[in-house]
Amino acid sequence: MKTKQTLEERIREWRNYVNRQKAVKPIDVEELEDQLRTQVEALGEAGLDDDEAFLVAVKRMGDLDSISREFAREYSERLWKQLVVLAESGDSSSEMKREAVVAIALAAAAAVAIKLPVLLNMDLNWDSPFAFSFYARNFSLFILPFLAGYFAWKRGLDKAGCIWLAVPFIVAVLTVNILPFKQGGHTEMLAAIHLPIALWLAVGFAYIGGHWNDRNRRMNFVRFSGEWFIYFTLIALGGGVLIVFTAFIFDAIGISVELFVNEWIMPCGVAGAVIISAWLVEAKKSIIENMAPVLTRLFTPLFTLLLLAFLVTVIWTGSGINVEREVLIGFDLLLVFVLGLLLYSISARDHQAPPGLFDKLQLLLVICALLVDTLALWAIAARISEFGFSPNKVTALGENIILLVNLGWSAVLYTRFLTGRAPFSPLERWQMSNLPVYAAWAWIVVLIFPVIFNYQ
Amino acid sequence: MKIDKDFVAASATPLVLAILNEGESYGYAIIKRVSELSGGELKWTDGMIYPLLHRLERNGYVKAAWGKSETGRRRKYYRLTDRGLEQLSRQQRQWQVVDSTLRGIWFTGKHTALQSI
Repeated sequence: MKTKQTLEERIREWRNYVNRQKAVKPIDVEELEDQLRTQVEALGEAGLDDDEAFLVAVKRMGDLDSISREFAREYSERLWKQLVVLAESGDSSSEMKREAVVAIALAAAAAVAIKLPVLLNMDLNWDSPFAFSFYARNFSLFILPFLAGYFAWKRGLDKAGCIWLAVPFIVAVLTVNILPFKQGGHTEMLAAIHLPIALWLAVGFAYIGGHWNDRNRRMNFVRFSGEWFIYFTLIALGGGVLIVFTAFIFDAIGISVELFVNEWIMPCGVAGAVIISAWLVEAKKSIIENMAPVLTRLFTPLFTLLLLAFLVTVIWTGSGINVEREVLIGFDLLLVFVLGLLLYSISARDHQAPPGLFDKLQLLLVICALLVDTLALWAIAARISEFGFSPNKVTALGENIILLVNLGWSAVLYTRFLTGRAPFSPLERWQMSNLPVYAAWAWIVVLIFPVIFNYQ
Repeated sequence: MKIDKDFVAASATPLVLAILNEGESYGYAIIKRVSELSGGELKWTDGMIYPLLHRLERNGYVKAAWGKSETGRRRKYYRLTDRGLEQLSRQQRQWQVVDSTLRGIWFTGKHTALQSI
């Protein structure tokens, strides 16, 4: 018995097939579908019936493999399975946006919570053994409840489940703080080490939505834990770099930020990172995708904040940059990181997308980096006579100039893009044409500098 | 007559830009116009024009906007930009050079006889 498909069903089948092509996005499929339907209508008017019109139209559409190859060549970035976390394109889902908002809010809450004792004027001298023992026992209680809450919300845990979830946390708070642990004793240390494990498994209960006995869901939690750890480590590394830079550039203007870093940035950063890592893992569910652009998205705002804070401080205190030997190399590294952030977000950007908020943020980052670097170069130029021309200084200066030119022209091109006077591709092309420059410079330093400086 | 792939590929961009110079259009209409202009000799595969249009947009030669067709369906329309117009006249000049070079040799002496093969 032959079943006759309607035209709509056939078109739907065709659409599903095209949707599966990696390089073709849903919005392109819509365009292709319009083409197909127009063709079918035209053929229908010419006298063909539905079946014939559909067959001819599909044949005229061309071999789907060639089409998707052409799309792939055009949109090579799509083959790198880009993560769309904060979707900017037209087909963004409000579900994802809501998750992002909740995750960021909870991360901020955890960051505040961990400093709550201090904010409530509890007497916690940083170096005192009491403070250490207090935090060692309690740190997971400041962070993990928020993580558990995130999953309880996300999985839609029912009332009974929420109550069960709260039990381990309440037990933990009470036992760890009320029972007479000997400060610095063995049992205290053991409890401090094992409590996070116990509470992590409690988070797991929230993660699997309260379904105790489901083996598959338990396995999913195991997978989640592994991915979470990797993300957390990467973010921690990036955070470490950020902290080193903060200390470095504020030190260059004579302000010591060590206290602020140790007492505020680190604990709050760790607390926030725990939640953010979990959110990213959930959004991706696989590590075999592009990490670099994700980390770029995360660290661009943080770096921009750092540079803005620095510029404001310089203007406020009116102090110049204290130029010592190693300072210029540090600023070179700063420019390298800003360039890296710019390059990787360009690599992931859908060039069809119009200018968005993140683009403006990036332009701000580049401009701040340029201003900071100008300050540094100015300070160094003032003392160039004292310095003389050693290989280190010439290399550092040369690299600084290369990066300055790159970022400067990038800023110009980016502004043209944001004001709509030019498309995005000139910026891409400018970055790509700089790659041989880096190579040439590296070879010069390896081969020619030793000769110039007499192999010193 | 079957036209070589290379010639079809080479003429694709100049044709599309010239057609869009006549006014805003969309994929299906462009392909139909090409067929009209070539007297049916140039028959493009429907699907292939879209990567081309997207590439032209990436380079800033055309600008796309979503609108509505006569049947009320969502349709993507393309129009030529100033840069596109410049590119079009650039390609015209280049093409004319190629064309006059070929004419210079084709329609003289030995080659006139080949026309009838």
